Amino acid sequence: MFDNVNLQQLIFGRFTIDEIPYHEPILVGTFVGVAVVGLAVLATITYFRFWGPLWRDWVTSIDHKKIGIMYCIFALIMLLRGFADALMMRTQQAIAFGDQQGFLPPHHYDQIFTAHGMIMIFFVAMPFVTGLMNFAVPLQIGARDVAFPFLNNFSFWMTVSGGMLVMVSLFVGEFSRATWLAYPPLSGAAMSPGVGVDYYIWALQIAGIGTTLSGINLIATIVKMRAPGLSMMKLPIFVWSSLCTNILIVAAFPILTAVLVLLSLDRYLGMHFFTNDLGGNSMLYFNLIWIWGHPEVYILILPAFGVFSEVTSTFCGKRLFGYTSMVYALVVITILAYLVWLHHFFTMGSGADVNSFFGITTMIISIPTGAKIFNWMFTMYRGRIRFEVPMMWVVAFIVTFVIGGMTGVLLAVPPADFVLHNSLFLIAHFHNVIIGGVLFGMFAGVTFWFPKAFGFKLDEFWGKMALYLWVSGFYLAFMPLYVLGLMGVTRRMQHFDDPSLQPWFIAAALGALLIAGGIGSQIIMFVVSIRRREELRDLTGDPWGGRTLEWSTSSPPPDYNFAFTPVVHDSDAWWDMKARGFSRPMTGYKPIHMPKNTATGAILAALSFILGFAMVWYIWWLAALSFVAIIGTAIFHTFNYDREYYIPAETVSREEAKRTRELELA
Amino acid sequence: MSLLGGCNLVVMHPAGFVAEQQRNLVLASTGLMLLIIVPVIVCTLFFAWHFRATNEKAIYDPEWHHSTQLEVLIWTAPLLIIIALGALTWIGTHTLDPFRPLTRLDAKRPLPAGVEPLQVEAIAMDWKWLFLYPQYGIATVNDLAVPVDRPVTFKITATDVMNTFYVPTLAGMIYAMPGMETKLHAVVNRSTDSEGRSAHYSGAGFSNMFFKFRGVADKDFDAWVAKAKAEGSDLNQDAYLKLSEPTESEPARYFKSYAQGLYDKIIGLCTRPGQMCVSEMMAIDARGGQGGAEGEENYKRLQYDNHFAREGHEAPGATGPASGTGPHGQTQPEGMKPRPDMGNPDSRGARPEQAQPQPGSETPNGGQVAPKQINE
Repeated sequence: MFDNVNLQQLIFGRFTIDEIPYHEPILVGTFVGVAVVGLAVLATITYFRFWGPLWRDWVTSIDHKKIGIMYCIFALIMLLRGFADALMMRTQQAIAFGDQQGFLPPHHYDQIFTAHGMIMIFFVAMPFVTGLMNFAVPLQIGARDVAFPFLNNFSFWMTVSGGMLVMVSLFVGEFSRATWLAYPPLSGAAMSPGVGVDYYIWALQIAGIGTTLSGINLIATIVKMRAPGLSMMKLPIFVWSSLCTNILIVAAFPILTAVLVLLSLDRYLGMHFFTNDLGGNSMLYFNLIWIWGHPEVYILILPAFGVFSEVTSTFCGKRLFGYTSMVYALVVITILAYLVWLHHFFTMGSGADVNSFFGITTMIISIPTGAKIFNWMFTMYRGRIRFEVPMMWVVAFIVTFVIGGMTGVLLAVPPADFVLHNSLFLIAHFHNVIIGGVLFGMFAGVTFWFPKAFGFKLDEFWGKMALYLWVSGFYLAFMPLYVLGLMGVTRRMQHFDDPSLQPWFIAAALGALLIAGGIGSQIIMFVVSIRRREELRDLTGDPWGGRTLEWSTSSPPPDYNFAFTPVVHDSDAWWDMKARGFSRPMTGYKPIHMPKNTATGAILAALSFILGFAMVWYIWWLAALSFVAIIGTAIFHTFNYDREYYIPAETVSREEAKRTRELELA
Repeated sequence: MSLLGGCNLVVMHPAGFVAEQQRNLVLASTGLMLLIIVPVIVCTLFFAWHFRATNEKAIYDPEWHHSTQLEVLIWTAPLLIIIALGALTWIGTHTLDPFRPLTRLDAKRPLPAGVEPLQVEAIAMDWKWLFLYPQYGIATVNDLAVPVDRPVTFKITATDVMNTFYVPTLAGMIYAMPGMETKLHAVVNRSTDSEGRSAHYSGAGFSNMFFKFRGVADKDFDAWVAKAKAEGSDLNQDAYLKLSEPTESEPARYFKSYAQGLYDKIIGLCTRPGQMCVSEMMAIDARGGQGGAEGEENYKRLQYDNHFAREGHEAPGATGPASGTGPHGQTQPEGMKPRPDMGNPDSRGARPEQAQPQPGSETPNGGQVAPKQINE
């Protein structure tokens, strides 16, 4: 048994020095760039002696506001990575015609489109959504934190840990080439024997734990921690959309976990659930992954709908039109989200009855969605619309999203799907709804809540610049793809023969450049806003004339959010309080019971990263060791009884006095 | 629209009755939805402009948030459209079910009695298409010809990974899956010289996985068959196994005959000697399974995918311990033509090899032998 032990394999698994892709100029360049930026960041932190505060106030923080902010920062960083992939794809497709092979060979190009899809969904859209929910939901329901604050910190670091695993695959080994949903048999061991699919699996498993736990956390928060008087039908729509999203998360993500476990068993233990050997069947995988995958679409879009509702009623200075029908629309969408998954593979040969059932259920979703669009429209009707940046995103969203919705319903007609499936028309459709819906919503939300988080508004000029560039870039990049789809051009092509297609791809590449300008403007917007923060300062805590409870406290809110838990009498609670001439209580502060920071979440996530990396590279001893360490740390944490503390009444009183002074200045 | 007219929107200009009905359905659905989409966009933009804060003349009613009539309208208007669209979908999905035999040649002509449909067995391989014509005994690679106005019945499967059989001018797509059979019934109504392809990503050679699709007059079809019979070689067991190795940009090729029962073996995943067909395994399973030494023996015969590794080949896109090559991105997957100067040490200095024309194949066209992108 010990005759042929290979010491190197025992220690390093299948890792050898050749796995570092130092032959690839693109990757070496990227690595140098990342290293330079990384070193600069580390040097800055050291120079300004930031390590202490960074560890105490952020990494170990269990404050939902800080965790929400960190989620959004993480999403923005990953957006840069995902978008770099997009630029490379657009460039490749704009030049690889006829004899020109472009600059990306298939085995590199295929990794890029896989990484682009997976990163944009799991590590841009998801953290963005979770970040905004984390930040805004407890404030909107008048709570002091989420229900399980430690779990929240743990969830965040697990998401980061998964993202890091994807990033490491750039420089150690390779990433999956089996598309963003890793369809077997292509993603099976025989067809993709490398580490790519394993990186994909472990990154998603680690991040998926974070997502599921954060879903449970927010459901508990919304159900159990609402301020007195805040009944379900008085909840801000953003909270309702968060509730629906988190119910979807809790019900859908375990399916993803299960299907990826089955795929891992196929790959690691030679089982054959989805590969051809021994009669495995990949159609099972298609069903399972889309039973998670379709609710996922609504997980992303519902919070964006919530943001649009808040932004519209705030900037129209008017109550949301049709609150009740908005809520029912959300609930109906949540339920229907589980009844449509098969529309992602009408072409797999299900019978006409099955296909029409799923086609029609898909169309039915457009009814509540349409009702929501009408509700926003009629909220604008007889409003007094202030076109600040978040409201401009709303208008851009409505116009863009209805086009994407229309092409979506078109794709839900099975015979139409037969000619458009897997074509660039489909690509254009889902970018139309994800960019035009989710991303625009997230940008609106970030601009809307930024003053709440940091106490100053974002620079308006650069915000508008970003909006114009994003919107025009979106149309220039994706309208040509609709046309190309009707020309029968399919997705995931690394090279084309027909030169007559080239102008359309060049237009799309120019669109991507405009979007790059939009992202650049957003970076400038943050830099300029931080530099001009004194001019942009908001002392009132209510810079937009807000309607919901988060605007009733200071900006940034104190650790405890509310000195006294607010009592709610009407929906749009803060608007109602202002209308009734609410005055802040100035005395009678009591010590406030708060949870204590802990490093356990970050440690568990770091250990999970090591576990994932070891599993990817077959370094079994390290995997076993880190697994034991994870369990040990978790058990050890249960003996930590020092988890809470009281903010003394004097501190509360001092903070509130500061707020009183600020309000007088404002 | 004149701008768009200049390019070939093949989906909008089909050559076959099925694709034509699908095109009509696309247009009808879009029209139905525009009934509601256009007013929504117009109203949104108008409200946004009219109720801007600087317009003092606009009515401002901060408490107006409910109107039963409007609520009924905004739920019923989309509902009515979806009812219409749902009916269209139900009918369209059933009449255009790819598994359903045709009843008409085109909108004006019902199917004449006694017409025998052309049978074609389409097999997606790594990364080429094999077409078997059981009624004529011939086989082709990357070249699909069908007579005009004669219904065609495709039986579709794949050898290793999933693909999609898609000829935009003929009919919509349907997946090609290993071990499974899908069907497509279609007809081409005018002579056409276009292209079909796999639309479902299937590995490194996917981009070049297209084939020539031609609708030809009956006599031209017969001549085409005769040419294949005269010039083609025999696709016997060995030739098939050779063909099943991964290749990209495979030139069109013809075979005068092919091994008996080839399609059944392909769909049973048992083309290599000694393998057990899926149907045989299912028969064993139906009897309650097989244990013991015999079961162990069967286990080996059921390894369908791992032949790449076992035969010392690299799997498509292979990296990793099974193939003994490193798991890094610059590996040149087997069957792919070398692409020089892409930071690929394996191919540096190597000239891209011209594909050798196969016996019976058409003349290579400047090194690019696979058909061009669709051009009408």
